[in-house]
Amino acid sequence: MHSDNRITIPIGPQHPSLDEPGRFDITLEGEKVVNAVIGVGYNHRGLEKTCESKTYVQNLYIIERVCGICSHAHGTAFCMAIEQLAGVTIPKRAEYIRAVVAELERLHSHLLWLGVACHEIGFDTMFMYTWRNREKVLDILADLGGNRVNYGVNTIGGVRRDIDADMVETIRKALDALEEETKHYVEIAYTETTLISRLKGVGVLSHEDAIRYGAVGPVARAAGIAHDVRVDEPYGAYKEIPVKVITDTHADVYGRTVVRILEMQESINIIRFCLDNLPDGPLSVRVPRRIPAGETIIRVEAPRGENIHYLRSNGSDIPDRVRVRAPTEANWHGMKHMLEGGYLADVPITIAAIDPCYSCTDRAIVVKSGAKTDCYDWRGLRQYGIDWYKKRGIDVTALKV
Amino acid sequence: MISFLKMLLAAFIFPGFLFLSVYSLVLDFIDRKLYARMQNRVGPPWYQPVADFFKLIGKKTLIPVEANKMMFRIMPLVSLAAVAAAFLYVPVLGQDAVFSFDGDLIIVLYFLTVPPIAAFLAGWYSRGVYATIGATRILTQLFVYEVPLFISLLAPTLIAGTWSISELTAFYAAHPLYALINLPAAFAALISFQCKLERAPFDTPEAETEIVSGALVEYGGRLLAFFKMAHSCELVLVISLFSAVFLPFMTGYVFADFLLYIVKTLVILLLLTLMRVSMARLKINNVVSFCWKVLAPVALFQVVLNLVIRGSLQI
Amino acid sequence: MNKTGPGKIALTALKTLFKKPATTEYTGKGSPEVEKHYRGRILYDPTTCVACGLCMRDCPTGAIQIINEGTKEDKKLVAILNVGKCIFCCQCVDSCNKNSLSYSQDIDFAMTKKEDLIIKL
Repeated sequence: MHSDNRITIPIGPQHPSLDEPGRFDITLEGEKVVNAVIGVGYNHRGLEKTCESKTYVQNLYIIERVCGICSHAHGTAFCMAIEQLAGVTIPKRAEYIRAVVAELERLHSHLLWLGVACHEIGFDTMFMYTWRNREKVLDILADLGGNRVNYGVNTIGGVRRDIDADMVETIRKALDALEEETKHYVEIAYTETTLISRLKGVGVLSHEDAIRYGAVGPVARAAGIAHDVRVDEPYGAYKEIPVKVITDTHADVYGRTVVRILEMQESINIIRFCLDNLPDGPLSVRVPRRIPAGETIIRVEAPRGENIHYLRSNGSDIPDRVRVRAPTEANWHGMKHMLEGGYLADVPITIAAIDPCYSCTDRAIVVKSGAKTDCYDWRGLRQYGIDWYKKRGIDVTALKV
Repeated sequence: MISFLKMLLAAFIFPGFLFLSVYSLVLDFIDRKLYARMQNRVGPPWYQPVADFFKLIGKKTLIPVEANKMMFRIMPLVSLAAVAAAFLYVPVLGQDAVFSFDGDLIIVLYFLTVPPIAAFLAGWYSRGVYATIGATRILTQLFVYEVPLFISLLAPTLIAGTWSISELTAFYAAHPLYALINLPAAFAALISFQCKLERAPFDTPEAETEIVSGALVEYGGRLLAFFKMAHSCELVLVISLFSAVFLPFMTGYVFADFLLYIVKTLVILLLLTLMRVSMARLKINNVVSFCWKVLAPVALFQVVLNLVIRGSLQI
Repeated sequence: MNKTGPGKIALTALKTLFKKPATTEYTGKGSPEVEKHYRGRILYDPTTCVACGLCMRDCPTGAIQIINEGTKEDKKLVAILNVGKCIFCCQCVDSCNKNSLSYSQDIDFAMTKKEDLIIKL
């Protein structure tokens, strides 16, 4: 562990600051980070393969569970891909309801992030307050969608749930209360010294670096890159909704915090606009079970950044290939750059600042060590495990389950 | 013989060790409840600290293979013993502590240094990565808050002209207005105490999101229970010391004074908890610069002020 | 913009001290209150069911099963739900053409045995 006066500490796979397993080997010189090795891949779920063995309708719920927080963004992207291949146009009302849920999701995701970030820097009071307010959003979503996180609002060809007049009133009331709270957060973010001292100048990813590493979402916008799919390539109801892209020039964790807080206010405005202009009409159109052959790529702005879904159909009711690129995958690349040169105390907040979602990102990877590549099939992997334990005196095959 | 028994009673039952342990549980609960209610949570039930303690006592104690066994076992007790011993010199019941002599303030301050040192040694001899980093941070923090703490606690003695806590309290109880002069030192001492207790915003040594729980990461079971107990006893000791030095207001009746003591400790606890609630954890370099640039000058200012006052009043 | 300083949230914290807590203690008894449209226990109406099997086909986890316990002439349809598998997406409710399936707001399913999680609707 010790060499010269350097010390390598493992953060993860299990660590209080990580919400999901991931490994960060941090080499320290004193308290300063000189090297960071990032290891993801502890959370592989074989999700794309699963999608290729189930029907489109069943896949809706698998895709929704790619990410627990941006579930609606993934669902929307997948539905849009299917609708594009099937060549159907969904009703206006459905598009607006999708936008409302998407913005509510952004609100709850950013509130969640703010809480997590405050917890990482030891500001537990803020953590509790933000999560208390997040409950307001979750209550709306539970009433609107039927569940707290995997709302299941989307269906192929529209939405499954309607917003009635009562609900419009409830949402408006909750938004008013939330707007007050958000103003309070803005004030805290701009004035609380301890908060600023922990966030400013931490995990810097400059404008050039953000472009070089291909950062997306709030990480890119905090570096002054006005990149937002809702504006760059409007989809659904966003073609009509005015969206203001929030950018900041700090390019550090503080900038990401400010961007997220201001985006919450913008989301509130968008939801209000949607509720004011909610068109009448049906909720969904019928889409055949068999989707015509073809391939498509859909981009959707999730709370964490740009979601890319690729879908290839072969004419049956089961997709031929599904590829999901969650926003975290794009933001991982700059992580090493952000961590190095910082302090150990900044490591958790720097990692948390991209709002990482490990399991969204993990796909099958081939680990190359030098020129030799180890690849196992299922049987080989099982045998490897049995042998590994046998060497240590445990015979797994003899165990009774 | 009777006086010896009386002394034993005072040392071990009231206001000695037993009172300290029970009151530490009470304060621990109130601290957690306040913390929870300020965060809009329900908070734990009243028996939570007791339940935690007995749960830990009942758990198996694991000692890492690489750790120094003796140091690992002994450190929690050293920590607890130092706090319990120091508490005997702090007045609880009225103006007089169980033991007192001229210079016991210095003894108490030195006893107060023992728990961080014990935690440092415990962490160092656990030989874990997180424990080592936590231990180094404890030591770094110890060096920076100790100076303002000592100066700000010794400044009031310049006016009172005594180095005994009991006599100090008696002097200020007789001249309550003089106590107001010490407000800057009280401010510095309160923050230094927060630093000493390793509570937010100075909980850098045990920052759970960075280094898991710092020096005590390898501890569990009975040994951890004693460390936790020592820590909450330290809270009582620190608060009592603060109220004795900076809030020495007395009524003269023993029972009323004891009630007043409870009220004073609760008020100080409220301040400490409020500080813990309202700030983010500082980085170790910020702690260092804050202690040297803000606390130490304030404490030094108090010394100069008190010297001037002493000279002008001819005490 | 106000001046920067530490402890900006202290006043809010003090005010919150006298507010009703936002959390509640879980009593452990009964189903906690949920929203009006929350998806809970699936309800089944065998009288309208035609046993088309669309719900079984669309269920993402294969949690629901409609079986005929009677004979071909005298049908006695029952729906069996494996709560351990069900993700309460209610796709079965959407897929049903005859509206035989619906959902309630009952979410209290915890059992000590795995077998008890398979329930008859």
